[in-house]
Amino acid sequence: MKCSFKKFLVLSFVVFFVFSSVMGAMAAEKILKIGVLGVMSGPAASWGLVNRYCVEASAEMINEQGGFEIGGEKYTIQIVAIDDRNDPKVAVSGAERLIYEEGIHYIIGPNIAPTALAIVPVIEQGGAISIPYAFPKELYSLPASNSILGMIASYQAGPVIYKYLIDNKGIKSIAFVARNDSESLTQRDEGADAAKKLGLEVLSDRDTYEPGTTDFFPVMSGIVSKKPGLLVLSGPAPADTPLLIKAARELGFEGIISTENAQDAKVISELAGDAANGFISVGGASTPDIRSAYMEEFMKRYEKVAGEWNDEAGTKVYALEIILNTLQQAGPEAITDVAKFKTAMDTFSMPNPYLKDERPLNYIGVPYFGQKRQISVPMVVNIYEDGDFKTLFVGSAE
Amino acid sequence: MGQVLFNGLYTGAQYALIALGLTLIFSLMNVLNFAHGQLYVLGGFVTYYVYGRMKLPFPVALVASALTLALIGYLFQTLLFRPVMRRSVRDESTMLLSAGTATMVESLVLIFFGEKHRGVPAVISGVYQIEGVFLPKGRLLVIGLSFLFIAVFILFMRYTRPGRALRAMAQDAETACLMGVDTERYAILGWALAAMLAGIAGAMLVPISGVNSGLGNWISIKTFIMVMIGGAGVVSGAIAGGLALGMIESLGYHFFPGGETYLIIFAGLIVFLAVRPNGLMGKAVG
Repeated sequence: MKCSFKKFLVLSFVVFFVFSSVMGAMAAEKILKIGVLGVMSGPAASWGLVNRYCVEASAEMINEQGGFEIGGEKYTIQIVAIDDRNDPKVAVSGAERLIYEEGIHYIIGPNIAPTALAIVPVIEQGGAISIPYAFPKELYSLPASNSILGMIASYQAGPVIYKYLIDNKGIKSIAFVARNDSESLTQRDEGADAAKKLGLEVLSDRDTYEPGTTDFFPVMSGIVSKKPGLLVLSGPAPADTPLLIKAARELGFEGIISTENAQDAKVISELAGDAANGFISVGGASTPDIRSAYMEEFMKRYEKVAGEWNDEAGTKVYALEIILNTLQQAGPEAITDVAKFKTAMDTFSMPNPYLKDERPLNYIGVPYFGQKRQISVPMVVNIYEDGDFKTLFVGSAE
Repeated sequence: MGQVLFNGLYTGAQYALIALGLTLIFSLMNVLNFAHGQLYVLGGFVTYYVYGRMKLPFPVALVASALTLALIGYLFQTLLFRPVMRRSVRDESTMLLSAGTATMVESLVLIFFGEKHRGVPAVISGVYQIEGVFLPKGRLLVIGLSFLFIAVFILFMRYTRPGRALRAMAQDAETACLMGVDTERYAILGWALAAMLAGIAGAMLVPISGVNSGLGNWISIKTFIMVMIGGAGVVSGAIAGGLALGMIESLGYHFFPGGETYLIIFAGLIVFLAVRPNGLMGKAVG
C-alpha cells in the first residue's frame, strides 16, 4: 500500500509537470511571423541568403530568451523565407503568398530595384511593410509609403567617400565600371553626377559587364588604360568584386578601388588576396573596433546558422531588430495594422545595440525621400587590409 | 590591340574546352545537355575543396575534378538518360530531363557548397609584360593546359579504338551498332568524357575566376552560342566556336564598353544562322 502511494505521488508529480509545461508552452505560443523575400539562388544568391541568415540568427537569439515582448505578451518569432530568384514576377507571387497565405505584414527584402519595385502595389494593397536593399527613390517617396530602405544608399555613401579621398588622398579623376543591371547602372549614374559636382574628372562612365561574367580582363583593359585616380565598382555582386580588383591590378592599375555596397572580406581574400589591400567599401557594424558585445554574440550565432561569417551581414543585421522594437512602441495592433507602425516610425528611437557608442537607431530619410523611410544604419566605410576589413571612418546618411 | 587579342585567346581556349563536352553529348545521343554549365561549376568546387581546403597539389585537384565529373557523367547516363531514352521516343524528353538535372545540380551545389563565391590561391603568380601587353602567368597556364587537353582529346578520338567507336556512333549510331559497336557502353563513355571535360575546365578556372553555385546557366548559354557558331555535333566546330566567341567577346568589350557586346553577339548569331544554319563546320542534322 505504501508502495502504491509512492507510485501515485510520483505519477501525480509527473502528470502535473507535463501538464504545466504544456500549458506554459501554450501560453507563450504567440507567434509573430516575419517574411524574408529575396534572391536565394543563382549568381546573386548570397545577397538574399545573407538577409535570411541574419533574420534567422536574430530570431533564434530572441526566441531563446523566451520571445519578444509586445504589449505585455511574449511572441515567438517565426521566419518564412521565399526565394524570388531575382525575378520580379516571382517576387510578386512571393509577396502575395507571404501576405495572403501566411498573414504576414512585415517583409525583409527584396534585394534589387526590379524586384523591390515590382512588389510595391502588392504590399500597399495588402497592408504590408517591406524593407528592401534597393536604392530607387520612388520606393521610399510619396505616394509610396510602405517600403523602408534597409541600408545606406550608394548616392548617400558615394559623395562622402569621394570627398574623403579628395581631401585625404588627393584624387583628381574617377572612372566607373558597372554591372549591367538597372540597379547598378543607376548607382553608376548617380555616382558620376556626384563626382562631377565635387570637381572630379570623370574619365569613364560607360563600361559595363554582364551578370555572370567570370573573366574581367576584357572589361578592365580599357578602363585601366585611362589611369583614373579612383576606380569605382558600381553595384558589384560579392562574386564580381575580387575578380574586378584582381584584373585591374594584373593590368597594372595602381590607383584606389572602391565600391558603395557591402562586401565579404573572406571572398575577397580567397580570390584577390593582397591585390585587394586598400580596397574601400561600405560596411556595417562588424569591424572589431566599433562592434558591441551584442554584435559579437550575433556574429557567433550567424556563423552557426550560415556556416561562416559574412561581412555583408553587418549591414543587414538591423531589419528584424527595428521592426520588433517599433512594434513594441506602436503596440500589438500594429502587428496587423501597418498604419500604426508608420505613425510610430516618426518618433521611434532606441540605442543601436550593435555598436559600442550606442548611437540612436531610428528612422531617417526626409532629405532624400520627403518622409522617414530609411533605417539609420551607420555609414561605416571600411578598408580591406590583409584579409580583413578595418574601419576607415563612420559617417551618417543624415 | 595586343591585349585584346590575348584576352580573346585566353577566353576562347577555355570556352573551346567547355564546348567540346557539350558537342560530344549532342553528336553521340542528340541530347542538348542544359546541365553542362552546372557540371563545370561542380568541377570547380571539387578543386576548391581538394586544392583550396585540403591543400593538396593542384594537379591532384585537377585529376580529382576530372574523375569526380566522369563518375557524375556515368551516373547521369546510367540512372537518368538511358532509362528515359529507352522509354521515350521524343527528343524533347531528354531536353527536359537535362534542364531538370541542371536545376537539380545547381540546388545540390548550393546546399552542399554554400552561396559564397569561392576561390583558391593562384597556381602560378606574376605577370609578364611584353610590348605593353599584360600576360598573367596563371592565364598563360590555362591557355597551355586548354590546348593540351584539346589535343589529347583529338588524339584519343582519332587514334584509339574507343575514340573510333565514338566517332562511328556520332556519324550513325544504328549502323555502328550493327557493326558490333556496343552503343550503350560507349554512350556511358561519351557522357563520362563530356562531363570530365566540363570538370577539367571548371578546375582550371577556379584559381583565376573562382566559382559559385549560380554560374552554371550563363556558362551553358555561352556554350550553346559556341556550338551554334562552330556547328552542332562537330568537334572541330566546337573548338572553332569557342575560340570565335572568346575573340568576339574580347573585341566587343573593347569597342562597345557600354554592355552591348552580347546584344550584338545574339543579333549577329541570328543573322549568321539564317545564312549558314549548320554553323561554320556543322553537318546537316535531321
